[in-house]
Amino acid sequence: MSHRLSITKTPKCYVGGAFIRSESGRVTALHDASGTFFANIPQCTRKDLRNAVEAATKAGPGWAKRSAFNRGQILYRLAEMMEARAAELAEALTLNGASKADASREVAASIERVVHYAGWTDKYEQILGSVNPVASAHFNFTVTEPMGIIGVIAPDDSPLLALISLILPAITSGNCVVALASSPQPYPSILLGEMLTTSDLPGGVVNLLTGLRSEMLPTFATHEHLRALSGAVNAADRKTLKLGAAESVKRVHLLKAEEPIDWFADKRQGVEEIRTLIEFKTTWHPVGA
Amino acid sequence: MPKTSSKTNPARELVFGDLWEYDPAPETADPKLKPRYDLFINGSYVPPRAGKYFGTINPAQETKIADIALADASDVDSACKSAQKAFTHVWGKMPGKERGKYLYRIARLLQDHAREFAIAETLDGGKPIKESRDFDIPMAAAHFFYHAGWADKLEHLAPGRQVTPHGVVGQVIPWNFPLLMLAWKIAPALAAGNCVVLKPAETTSITALKFGEICQEAGLPNGVVNIVSGAAETGAAVIQHPLTTKVAFTGSTEIGKSIMRSLAGTEKKLTLELGGKAANIVFDDAPLDQAVEGIVNGIFFNQGHVCCAGSRLLVQESIADAVLAKLKRRIAVLRVGDPMDKNTDLGAINSREQLTKITDLVQSGVTEGAEKHDNGCKLPAKGFFFRPTIFTNVSMSHRIAREEIFGPVLSILTFRTPDEAVEKANNTSYGLSAGVWTDKGSRILKMSTLLKAGVVWANTYNKFDPTSPFGGFKESGFGREGGKQGLLDYLRVD
Amino acid sequence: MPAAKAPTSLRRLFDEIGTVDQIGIEERVAKFTTRSLKKKSKVFGLRLAVSMVDLTTLEGKDTPGKVASLCQKALRPHDVGDIPPTAAVCVYPAMVKHARKHVGGTQVKIASVATAFPSGQAPLKTRLAEVHAAVNDGADEIDMVINRGAFLSGEFGRMQDEIAAVVEACGTATLKVILEVSELETYDNIRAASFLAMRVIRPGDFIKTSTGKTSSNATLGNNQVMLEAIRDHFLATGIPISMKPAGGIRTAKQALHFLIAVKETLGDEWLNNRRYRFGASALLNDLVRQLEKERTGAYQAPWNFSEATEGY
Repeated sequence: MSHRLSITKTPKCYVGGAFIRSESGRVTALHDASGTFFANIPQCTRKDLRNAVEAATKAGPGWAKRSAFNRGQILYRLAEMMEARAAELAEALTLNGASKADASREVAASIERVVHYAGWTDKYEQILGSVNPVASAHFNFTVTEPMGIIGVIAPDDSPLLALISLILPAITSGNCVVALASSPQPYPSILLGEMLTTSDLPGGVVNLLTGLRSEMLPTFATHEHLRALSGAVNAADRKTLKLGAAESVKRVHLLKAEEPIDWFADKRQGVEEIRTLIEFKTTWHPVGA
Repeated sequence: MPKTSSKTNPARELVFGDLWEYDPAPETADPKLKPRYDLFINGSYVPPRAGKYFGTINPAQETKIADIALADASDVDSACKSAQKAFTHVWGKMPGKERGKYLYRIARLLQDHAREFAIAETLDGGKPIKESRDFDIPMAAAHFFYHAGWADKLEHLAPGRQVTPHGVVGQVIPWNFPLLMLAWKIAPALAAGNCVVLKPAETTSITALKFGEICQEAGLPNGVVNIVSGAAETGAAVIQHPLTTKVAFTGSTEIGKSIMRSLAGTEKKLTLELGGKAANIVFDDAPLDQAVEGIVNGIFFNQGHVCCAGSRLLVQESIADAVLAKLKRRIAVLRVGDPMDKNTDLGAINSREQLTKITDLVQSGVTEGAEKHDNGCKLPAKGFFFRPTIFTNVSMSHRIAREEIFGPVLSILTFRTPDEAVEKANNTSYGLSAGVWTDKGSRILKMSTLLKAGVVWANTYNKFDPTSPFGGFKESGFGREGGKQGLLDYLRVD
Repeated sequence: MPAAKAPTSLRRLFDEIGTVDQIGIEERVAKFTTRSLKKKSKVFGLRLAVSMVDLTTLEGKDTPGKVASLCQKALRPHDVGDIPPTAAVCVYPAMVKHARKHVGGTQVKIASVATAFPSGQAPLKTRLAEVHAAVNDGADEIDMVINRGAFLSGEFGRMQDEIAAVVEACGTATLKVILEVSELETYDNIRAASFLAMRVIRPGDFIKTSTGKTSSNATLGNNQVMLEAIRDHFLATGIPISMKPAGGIRTAKQALHFLIAVKETLGDEWLNNRRYRFGASALLNDLVRQLEKERTGAYQAPWNFSEATEGY
């Protein structure tokens, strides 16, 4: 009886609802904790980032127009898809040496986080928006709007939980995301893409790139169509991103990667995270007859 | 007039002549100015260490009003240190309800001194006395009053989270609404528990420095508010100082960007309220006379020195002639002149530099082929003045349609459909404000949703209120001022 | 079917003439009140206002004697100074012949309310007969009320036909069409009614705010709506219509605010008593009092200026 040769997976990035290799054709070999070759991961370039932004541009208006209820259902569907493939996700997290228990814990927390934000889609507006009692004869109200396309830079710690914790508050309010996964631990993002594609989330709303952070950051910093940057990076990268952001007055919300971040903590999720990635719009109208 | 027949009007015109002229009606109360203003640091007026002063002039007369202290880095350092000391030992520890009472006191004292502040503002900045009297000063007091009440209720701003003040806030404000911008900055900062170091604009320091007297009269603890006057270097020193962990700036987009760059290597929190090139969109079913009033208020309020000025008028093609005719008739009765006269509608341009900028941009409009109209009124022989000016035949590529002029200059463009209006309105890197005029309610809500701007005025324009968040999208800055949303920008959320 | 017809035709009218935003126009008129009038410009305004007053008495208890003293006051509002006479006296039809004895042949005109003032609720024939009687007795000007019921139920044709019939009954007398703005309620309705009236009256005829007999009368807001309607009608047709706010204007300061609105909306050609009037009774006393203050430099006690004021 001959041994069956297994089919290896070619990891691809999830961009515009499709699975792509880098336009550059470059890959990075990924090894598991024991040093065994695991797979070749796309090493994306600034052009891949540009293409991802184009994909987000196409998807953005439609996603922002979805009803809050619908966005909630889609996010909940994502949780369902992740739950079904939880074991696979956990295994991906053990690649870099995480224990099975820690990996399972991170996957569970990630799924819980998706459910948490699924519940926020039709509620954050009621917390963050307001009707403002102006002194003149006007009806005045403040509503939130998505900023547009958000650049997400994931840290190396908690490669699944951190990535999804940064993506979720952005898309909950109707933003689109172009995210760069952890450079040393990109594989969870590959799997996440495969779950996103079956979650009813429109293609292009979340775009997941893999590659070298040092190569990609300058383009994240200066791409004018990215309206905000969200992530956890070191001090030098924060400076790079902020300098580039200045050219188009981009919003920047960066955590310090050099300090420990507890991605499991309750304060890493919630309406405050949503608030940092929305714009407030205030409308005035006279009240008369 | 029947809109449909606007093109067939016989050549009848109204006569706005001199049958009944208004006599000069100058405001004469004493602004109680000092010949020299020192820096307000740690509760006292102190001379600048280097002993340098600069003159501030009345732009309507081109005469010097007072000498203003020029703060250098060492003065700013001393202001920041006194703010830090006040924060650590007094203000940061004080219960919110006590802080609130100080803010209430300040609001009341501003009301007590309203007249002298209004006159000082008009003297130093050139804005019409009726605006400083009826808008700037009362609104400044209202901002303190509104934020006073928040001081002991901060936990309601971010449910489920801890909010704490940043500490020392560095603030740099522009010259268009000197005291009001000070109030927009200081009131929420103090309510949130921060101490401040504020730099007023170089050409309009007087009311900010006079505000120090209000702080003294209110018994505000020393160092909670520090005012350092000066030029760009002074502002940079405030922004760069290691103790200012939060920075708030209102001014041009160009300077906003340079501030972002200069702070890129720091962890300072930043909010920016920058320039604008707002579209004011008038549909054919709008109440036209009120729309015209809104257009006038949108671009000629404060000589157009307003970041959210409705400087691009987008008129539906079918009513363009009618709107232009009404607009010309309306500006015929605008009165340009002595800002201190109670009947003046447009006062002086804030500085010679600004007047030159406006003049150059207007010249570019003419050169690029747009058609210029102004009300032809007489201008005073001395001082910096500019007639209310309207451009027609403007295309989106003209400089006057793209650049912020910050003066009484309106560019008129036309559109045919709502989509076209939105496209033209959003075709700018700015996103501060927009106006929409139509009788159709559902269209207002649709337009308001589609316009990329932080403030949308529907069937009104240039309205402000302490409860109403103000601030921009895109390159008009980030963060809000006013309302609960604005206040939260002065707090750390953990 | 008036009920079905009303909204469509009102809508059609607004499509033609445009609507009014209440808050916007009230903000506009608030600016008139911040104008500051000093010295010569104040005196000019006060004198102009005096010359525009339709000095009015419209009470059930009016007598020929009351009308006689009203006429004296109209001719010579104050015993010192050179204060001009008022534009007209305004009385009930039964009083026209008495007024004529005192002001007939002078520059003070005789205006008479007619058409079953103030409600207008009488058969058209009766209303027209009243107009004829007043004109025959010597009225130079007729102040009529529109059929508000017809307007509000959308019977615009009927409302206009009735005005046209009164125009005809006036002969050479000037007509003032009272819209009774408080019963029309909205600025949109005031604008619509102004246009409907202006389209059937003659150059120099008036539109007028109120009878003075309802809870609210002339305000800067409804005055402005009507001034802007007059302006738009004039620019479209070349026909100058005159304007008369009435009721509620009691102080000189108020009157000056109304005149500033005229100056800045219709311009110099409306700053005379052929084009603008005040329907008022108490106003004249305050105008004269303020003119005396300007003349003498001393604030004046009220009792020198009003027969009705008690000696408080």
